[in-house]
Amino acid sequence: MTEATPQPKITARPKITARNVDVFYGEKQAIKDVSIDVTMDEVVAFIGPSGCGKSTFLRTLNRMNDTIPIAKTTGTIELDGHNIYAPTMDVVQLRARVGMVFQKPNPFPKSIYDNVAYGPRIHGLASSKSDMDEIVEQSLTRAGLWTEVKDRLSESGTAMSGGQQQRLCIARAIAVDPEVILMDEPCSALDPIATAKIEELIHELRGRYAIVIVTHNMQQAARVSQRTAFFHLGTLVEEGDTKDIFTNPREQRTKDYITGRYG
Amino acid sequence: MNNKHTVTAFDEDIDNIRGLIAEMGSRAETALTNAMAALATNDHALALTTAQGDKAIDALEIEVEKLIVQTIALRAPMADDLRELIADLKMSAVIERIGDYSKNIAKRVRKLESRAFVEQSDAIPRMAAITGEMLRMVMDAYARRDVDMAKAVSERDNEVDQLFKELFVDLVGFIAKHPEAAQEVAHLLVVSKNIERIGDHTVTCAEMIYFTETGEHLNQDEPA
Repeated sequence: MTEATPQPKITARPKITARNVDVFYGEKQAIKDVSIDVTMDEVVAFIGPSGCGKSTFLRTLNRMNDTIPIAKTTGTIELDGHNIYAPTMDVVQLRARVGMVFQKPNPFPKSIYDNVAYGPRIHGLASSKSDMDEIVEQSLTRAGLWTEVKDRLSESGTAMSGGQQQRLCIARAIAVDPEVILMDEPCSALDPIATAKIEELIHELRGRYAIVIVTHNMQQAARVSQRTAFFHLGTLVEEGDTKDIFTNPREQRTKDYITGRYG
Repeated sequence: MNNKHTVTAFDEDIDNIRGLIAEMGSRAETALTNAMAALATNDHALALTTAQGDKAIDALEIEVEKLIVQTIALRAPMADDLRELIADLKMSAVIERIGDYSKNIAKRVRKLESRAFVEQSDAIPRMAAITGEMLRMVMDAYARRDVDMAKAVSERDNEVDQLFKELFVDLVGFIAKHPEAAQEVAHLLVVSKNIERIGDHTVTCAEMIYFTETGEHLNQDEPA
């Protein structure tokens, strides 16, 4: 087992470049010296046991940790070569470019239409009602939801099934035309059919957006991602092609985790 | 794979499969030894029991296959666990073939109309002794998860191949000098080919052990 920090794979023009990232919650260090690239053409899965830092690291990528007063992030994270932690960075704009989908579907208590239209409205992306209609239809279509909801757009988003709510949240993230979508265990509250639909959706969205997914379900990581990163105790132990990580990982800790010998 | 799975029933499944494959290997070794003993001593009774013993190996293969499919479905194995189950599946199939070849050799003992070549040459027993030794070693390597031993088995197969080539020439030459022994030689050509194939299958077992432990392919650079 090597003790050196794994160096990120060299890939063409990464969308996100993270280098030597540390995250502290007060005195406690939650992320230690993590470096990784995310490119446009792939889905990257973060796996690891509870408390390993995978969600914390995901949240550094659109500065969601800023909402936690005691959290401090050091190192560099660049989006298209620009430091997202620079004082000049507009965080609201950043989160539009780097969207997020959470573990529990969290639609607004508004209509299906307004859930999707909310982001474009506050970012001023539509100049007319027909513009907005188009954005809503396109976002719902890309989220695989349009045919199911097109006749009931005025119904409440919270009245839908869990799987539909999660796809609505994905449509909401897509509506502001992001470049990156971060997903934090997006299927953990869903049944297998709804999960399969989200996984199919991730497959369809690949290439249009850079996608990073945190998941506890290793089979899901294996199914949806092209690259997998294994976190343990705040460090990035190993990252590589998903097919290599799941058939022949290099590090003992990765092997123990994915074969069910952890703890 | 030294440490145990969190779900210990998974370890039990794998141990069970390993045990059955070890038993298949041991039965195949015995079948080859007995088939060669029957050939050397013209022991028809031993030839018959050896041929009949193949059914047990066939049944074990079916059992192993069933357990592996079940384990893959229920445990969703990853990394070396997955490689081992795939390797075990392939090993059980080739060990079953080794059993078939041994049965085939045993059946020919009773069909020989003469024993002219058998009585005067030790080439076939020598080849079978090396192959039998390879089979014993590969099953040891399997039990110990010993990659170096598996490699050594694979390298030994060249010796068997060389002996087979020489034997082929000898047997063809023998027919020319002793046309009355043509029927015997025809059987012995098949017997020697069977032994050579047992060597090849033993190498497949060695390759599977290597693959399980390292994730790499042994002999990948060799010409086909």
